[in-house]
Amino acid sequence: MISETLVWLIPLPPLLAFFLIVVFTNRNKALSHWLALIAAGLSWAISMVIFGRAVRTEGLAEHPFAHAIDWLPTGTTSLKIGIQIDPLSAVVLFFVAITVLMIFIYSTGYHNYGQPAGQHDRKGLPPEGAEVKDAKGKLVKVPSIEPMYSRFFALISLFAFAMFLLVVTDNLLTLYVGWEIMGLCSYLLIGFWYAKESARKAMIKAFLTTRVGDVFMLLGLAALYALTGTLNYQEILGNPAVLEQLAGTLSPVFSLSWAALIGLLIFIGTVGKSAQFPLHIWLPDAMEGPTPVSAMIHAATMVSAGVYLVIRFFPLLSAGWEPGGTLTTPMLVMGIIGSFTAIFAATIAVAQNDIKRVLAFSTISQLGYMIAALGVGAYAAAAFHLVTHAFFKALLFLGSGSIIHGMEHGIFHTGEHIDPQNMLNMGGLRKKMPITFWTFLIGGLALSGFPLITAGFWSKDEILSGAFKGGQMGVFITLALAALLTAFYTARQITLTFLGKPRSKAAEHAQESKWTMTAPLAILSVFAIGAGWAGIPADFPGLGGLLPNWFEEFVGSMLHFEHVESVHSLVPLITSLVVALGGLALGWVVYKGLQKPVDPLEKSLGGLHTVLKNKYYIDEFYQAAFIRPALWLADVFTYKFLDQTIIDGVLHGIARFGVWLGNGLRNIIDLPVVNGAGDNAARGTRGLGLYLRSRQSGRIQQYMVIAISLLVLAGLVIYFTVGLG
Amino acid sequence: MIPLSWYLIAAAALFCIGLVGVLSRKSAVSILMCVELMLNAVNINLVAFWHYHSQLQGVSQVAPQVFVAIVFIVAAAEVAIGLALIISAYRRRETSVVDEMTLLKG
Repeated sequence: MISETLVWLIPLPPLLAFFLIVVFTNRNKALSHWLALIAAGLSWAISMVIFGRAVRTEGLAEHPFAHAIDWLPTGTTSLKIGIQIDPLSAVVLFFVAITVLMIFIYSTGYHNYGQPAGQHDRKGLPPEGAEVKDAKGKLVKVPSIEPMYSRFFALISLFAFAMFLLVVTDNLLTLYVGWEIMGLCSYLLIGFWYAKESARKAMIKAFLTTRVGDVFMLLGLAALYALTGTLNYQEILGNPAVLEQLAGTLSPVFSLSWAALIGLLIFIGTVGKSAQFPLHIWLPDAMEGPTPVSAMIHAATMVSAGVYLVIRFFPLLSAGWEPGGTLTTPMLVMGIIGSFTAIFAATIAVAQNDIKRVLAFSTISQLGYMIAALGVGAYAAAAFHLVTHAFFKALLFLGSGSIIHGMEHGIFHTGEHIDPQNMLNMGGLRKKMPITFWTFLIGGLALSGFPLITAGFWSKDEILSGAFKGGQMGVFITLALAALLTAFYTARQITLTFLGKPRSKAAEHAQESKWTMTAPLAILSVFAIGAGWAGIPADFPGLGGLLPNWFEEFVGSMLHFEHVESVHSLVPLITSLVVALGGLALGWVVYKGLQKPVDPLEKSLGGLHTVLKNKYYIDEFYQAAFIRPALWLADVFTYKFLDQTIIDGVLHGIARFGVWLGNGLRNIIDLPVVNGAGDNAARGTRGLGLYLRSRQSGRIQQYMVIAISLLVLAGLVIYFTVGLG
Repeated sequence: MIPLSWYLIAAAALFCIGLVGVLSRKSAVSILMCVELMLNAVNINLVAFWHYHSQLQGVSQVAPQVFVAIVFIVAAAEVAIGLALIISAYRRRETSVVDEMTLLKG
């Protein structure tokens, strides 16, 4: 019971930190970041305790730590909210907690805590630096603290809360809640520097693009609830009868089975969140946010959430499939989209010069790897790559932030006007920023799958061998090519950034970042190497069996398949060795002697390079195919035609009719009848009064004459009518 | 013996003279005098009927005479008040012609 109670507590500290910072400590920067750091630290500590307990529990997959309470009563049943820690969520929790804590620590340094406030800094813009006097009384420019420091920590805490919630929950509904809170946070954080036009556009783009996926996912969720009456993982995925029924009944769409339809809908949610083709366009633009946000979104949390979801729902996606058998429709789709995204994004990354954009496309590519791995049924390999990728991609992003910081320092020193994120302006940073260099090198080697020592090698190798053993040669070749390109652009990035000679004055004066930034790099680089040792395959020549293949046993226990002993083959291993080393060597050779800030590939590839640099013009295509028509529809059809012509026309017509009717009634009824009656009554009374007035002469004798005449008249009348008798 | 009808005719004539005087005279004093004539015409009637009644019954009753006396008293009071009003009006307006006293005209 202790474990269950502790799991409930994991998401709470960041949420509390969010509210406390927003409500109380917004003005105090130090208090705000301490609140966020303590909250992240607490969540990390609890997560580690839970992870330790989970690892020591036998048969965790069958009997996970689970507890649920009623949440929303809906008629006779009620929606439940609950927690569940099984092997999959335990490993996800492990890397999420660590990367989140590292990113929090890094953020204090990245946002220049302890530096003076800039004279020209404005809220909503990146800090431009402050001018202070040094010891000799000379004015120098130094980095300045972020003006909205507290806001950043509040938002990133909320983000962390949503991710923890998503990981520890036991049902799809609360997962969806966390999923959407992350969508909101990514929107707010990408647009953190909201005074920049490009950041505003990027935030809207990210929000709307992921929303496309989310709507489909919600449809899948609703269909699942309608069919099974529950959204709990164990009750759907852990229940073969339910899965069989879903796989056996036909849905009304394209004669897919319900399992396939729901699987595809949920997968579309992942396509949006994990930036798979064709919804990948938001992720490169999301680089407009501060670098810790890029690390948070692209490594530790949001994009991982998408892959986590499909790994979690693999039993449903693969319902009806057996290892070695024909793939189900969702698996086929995942295999195709994943491998295509992997190679597609990798080719784009080759032609990008912005250090963060290269990493963004490599993230898309690596996520495609995981999706493709699931598509060929390499369940544990996908989860393994998710974990290792989170570590080395967080490391690479934080490292790139450190490089940008170092370059900005150089720019402050020299006063040059160059882009601090453009790799062509860097070079030779190895000596200036040694810690960043070594950690970035480790991350880069892990990304490209450098053999034996890096974590990326083991996870990527497992995916390749999974594809090979599954007999999916198309996927295998595509992924191998993508791996070659990955190694190539990683070598390009490292060579351009750290090796050779500086290609700008700013790069000559770059400086190593503070310990708050380098310490997380060092810790993450330990995991970027060590995480791989948890999953060395048992049949690996030489090293196999020295360490138990713990990861596959632990996470693999989630599936109820019998373990099939497959044919052992050296082909995938040799392939991954060749592509990793070959790609790295190729990249180094091409870029090692670069003197001027011009990419040599630009000449040799010609038009292809332009296409790659412009990301295959997909943004432009979407602009022309969807956004312009949507704007046209909104402006010309909806606004000018529907709204102004028809709706306004009807309203104006009704109003005009009302005015006309009112005027008519006034002229026919009100003026002559009502007013006339009143006026004439008054006029008659007045005329009568005037007439009677003239009869009142004031002469008493006249009155008497009249009175007596009337008296006589009355007497005569009475005499002649009534008579005397 | 003078018959009752002669008295009644004399009284009616007197009343008519008084009435014409009231309606046609200009001076307020004359009007007042004519009013007295009309009252006295009534008194003649009263006395004439009293006498006639007494002869018929053979009993002399005192009540009609009291009635006549009251009419005298009322006439005397009326003349006193009327003359006082006329004097007062004359002092204000320098006239006693009723046609000129038209303050209440509409």
